[in-house]
Amino acid sequence: MNAGAVADAVTETLRPMAGATHALPQLTHLQRLEAESIHIMREVAAECERPVMLFSMGKDSAVMLRLALKAFYPSKPPFPLLHVDTTWKFRAMYEVRDRTPAETGMEVLIHRNPDALAQGINPFTHGSQVHTDTWKTVGLKQALDKYRFDAAFGGARRDEEKSRAKERIFSFRSAQHQWDPKNQRPELWNLYNSRKHKGESIRVFPLSNWTELDIWQYIYKENISIAPLYFAAERPVVERDGVLIMVDDDRMPLNPGEVPQMRKVRFRTLGCYPLTGAIESDADTLPKVIHETLLARTSERNGRVIDHDAAASMEKKKREGYF
Amino acid sequence: MAAVSELIAVDIEGYLKQHEAKSLLRFITCGSVDDGKSTLIGRLLHESKSLFDDQIATLEGESRKFGTQGEELDFALLVDGLAAEREQGITIDVAYRFFTTDKRKFIVADTPGHEQYTRNMITGASTADVAVILIDARKGLLTQTYRHSYLVSLVGIRKIVLAINKMDLVDWSQQRFEQIERDYREFAPRIGLEDITAIPLSALRGDNVIEPSARTPWYTGPTMMRFLETVELDETRRERGPLRFPVQWVNRPNLDFRGFSGTIASGVVRPGDRVRAQPSGRESTVRRIVTEDGDLPIAVAGQSVTLTLADEIDTSRGDMLSSTESPAEVADQFEATIVWMSDEPLLPERSYLLKLGPAVTNAVVTEIKYKVNVNTLDHLAAKTFELNEIGVCNLALDRAVPFDPYQTNAATGGFILIDRMTNQTVGAGMLHFALRRAHNVHLQHVDIDKAGRSGQKGQKPVVLWFTGLSGAGKSTIANLVEKKLYEMGRHSYLLDGDNMRHGLNRDLGFTEGDRVENIRRVAEVAKLMVDAGLIVLTAFISPFVSERAMARRSLAEGEFIEIFVDTPLNVAEQRDVKGLYKKARAGELDNFTGIDSPYEPPENPELTINTVDCSAAQAADRVIDHLRSHGLIK
Repeated sequence: MNAGAVADAVTETLRPMAGATHALPQLTHLQRLEAESIHIMREVAAECERPVMLFSMGKDSAVMLRLALKAFYPSKPPFPLLHVDTTWKFRAMYEVRDRTPAETGMEVLIHRNPDALAQGINPFTHGSQVHTDTWKTVGLKQALDKYRFDAAFGGARRDEEKSRAKERIFSFRSAQHQWDPKNQRPELWNLYNSRKHKGESIRVFPLSNWTELDIWQYIYKENISIAPLYFAAERPVVERDGVLIMVDDDRMPLNPGEVPQMRKVRFRTLGCYPLTGAIESDADTLPKVIHETLLARTSERNGRVIDHDAAASMEKKKREGYF
Repeated sequence: MAAVSELIAVDIEGYLKQHEAKSLLRFITCGSVDDGKSTLIGRLLHESKSLFDDQIATLEGESRKFGTQGEELDFALLVDGLAAEREQGITIDVAYRFFTTDKRKFIVADTPGHEQYTRNMITGASTADVAVILIDARKGLLTQTYRHSYLVSLVGIRKIVLAINKMDLVDWSQQRFEQIERDYREFAPRIGLEDITAIPLSALRGDNVIEPSARTPWYTGPTMMRFLETVELDETRRERGPLRFPVQWVNRPNLDFRGFSGTIASGVVRPGDRVRAQPSGRESTVRRIVTEDGDLPIAVAGQSVTLTLADEIDTSRGDMLSSTESPAEVADQFEATIVWMSDEPLLPERSYLLKLGPAVTNAVVTEIKYKVNVNTLDHLAAKTFELNEIGVCNLALDRAVPFDPYQTNAATGGFILIDRMTNQTVGAGMLHFALRRAHNVHLQHVDIDKAGRSGQKGQKPVVLWFTGLSGAGKSTIANLVEKKLYEMGRHSYLLDGDNMRHGLNRDLGFTEGDRVENIRRVAEVAKLMVDAGLIVLTAFISPFVSERAMARRSLAEGEFIEIFVDTPLNVAEQRDVKGLYKKARAGELDNFTGIDSPYEPPENPELTINTVDCSAAQAADRVIDHLRSHGLIK
């Protein structure tokens, strides 16, 4: 067959895709993603002994929680939520967390690394790396060990970062919580192998195939409540190394002569407030935020200080047990 | 991120509506090392404006540091995520990428080309609608091209893009392009691939990726992006099939509600539809389709819902609700194709876990029919499947499950095999059909049962399973134990190498596969003898944990007593009663346990006897004491 004939063959297959002759409902890509996430959560609930859902109060976490409530309805999700606290989150995030049990009927466990608490680890005196490692990486391991959770849902997406793109939906951790990227189990069709030895655990990522746009779209479509920090408002900020940091409480040490200024800002991702950069914005409604996100030419992780450390920093962190 | 569309600026809500209605295309890219897969994907991401400024800035930095393209952007670096591969300059695992155009949302599985990672390709292909097979125009079709084409066809992909890349390096030769296309079209129908679109490309330079290239005036077909945006999706195929609803989770919030949660594998369901619960065969009517967004009047393949039924039917995870008009088949023996994914070869007669939808059963390969030479598609005789080998075999499960042939429905005919000991996913399989004898062989009901036969002898039948190295003292101890039992008037029988290997197992050697089969037969014979009411003693090295576990599973709780005759290798070798260690050390005996074949000690044996510390007679007394203290003999 020559090239011309190939072109004809292709043209022939280009029939209208609307499927007018067909009365059955067509699933949109968002419905397919939703169904996949629900399937994954039910699989874990059916096969694992003590699952838990990590809860970070961010937008992805909000979507994951919404999907969990859908997956098991009319039952409550058969697992608690877990917040690995650093004591340095935005106050507005703690408000979201503290009203979640009443809003969802789900239990929210809170774990703070007692060693980090005793040593007063904070991003100012110890730096972002020690802070994140001690509170989050070590704290998460402590919490999983303490409650003997054998599966933990996380809201990570494959589009976030290069090493995430290669992680499985069911990602295994040794008893020491380590990830071995060269020894991942093949995942075929929608069949997940959740079997593990005693002491080993699984990190499960039901949002693996969602993109940032999908998340926003779903929040919009489902009218999911998210932390007000995502919307632009006048907030007190200081500028450091070109990054706008919100002065969320009086623990933040100010440099000599540094005076917080009120600026209209919002956040693209949420974390510890001293480590999370704000962007100047007028987007104070969801459609405006999505509008701005779509036009933005800087990826969302750019606001996270930890990603700048090194090209392979996330992979290194994950091998060590970071979520 | 999405392409920047006009609509975003003027009407964001309109844009969201449009984006929500988009279809989803999943495709895989496969090819050999250095065919330019990563470069092609990187370019698709870049050209669809799926990259952000900071990602491009990072890419510029990394291109200078690790890149192979001089001052130009090295798109391969975008998708080669893991540190190890950046150092080696190759892709080593399957990665998923996302991009959106105004027409479609895409999920790309980037799969590696090296032979040892074929399992990753099968993984990526299992969820794809279209396969993009890359060819280096200079090299033409390679062994890997045949392998990858065969794999994608095996997994059921029917739409192929033959991306003939690096056309810039063959001076955009139309003749070269057409020759490669011709070669491929000659081969492809043999593996059932007919829907093929060949595109001349330079992923590196961007020719025919998004825009038609001026350098290929002789080519009038679609560019890569145009093809991906317009190729017809067969989304309705699954919806047109009969209802298959594998029950994933029984939803019981309270005594008044009992629902079955799952994802519809094919067909359509409406309240009022008659359904059959399989394998039980009980029928009922769908009462409600429950979701948190409210009850639905209809649900279709791909949706995750919860069904309630009009009748109380005892149905649990792993069962299937099917259309009563065309229910699934139910069987426990199949022919299937298996892709082996483990360094440890597949052993016939070893028990693996098989996961088919939510159903998990024990499975053994009862017969290997052949393996496939993926270069020639020839069928080769085989006793086992090694890593990355593909073949056809018969499977027997320990219970009947509902299924469809894989070609009819991948969601109810595709399965994975899991190793019981390592918990690794070791194989992927596709069911062809049920073996007829599964329908025809029924257990004959008998009136005198095990309890009757053992009651007549006034004893509780058990298996005393002695395991340990050659020369550990298994047969000696077992022999003494049997003498004591005989003196007590017990009815017993001792199975050992002499009476098994010389008769029933005369056809077996000492390869790993033969040893597994040897122990399987011993376990079966022991089981029959227990059924006859006897106390059975077995004295075999039985080196593998999984075969002893299989023997244990084949018996009732408490009937299997594992006795580990624990003798260190150097002691056993020193005794060397039969002179076998000496021969093995001299290289005259292959596969000798402890020397060049492993012995896996029991993890939780009922009894461990250390023969360094006690005599055979003392050991026999300990066994008798154990039986007595557990009430097995008086």
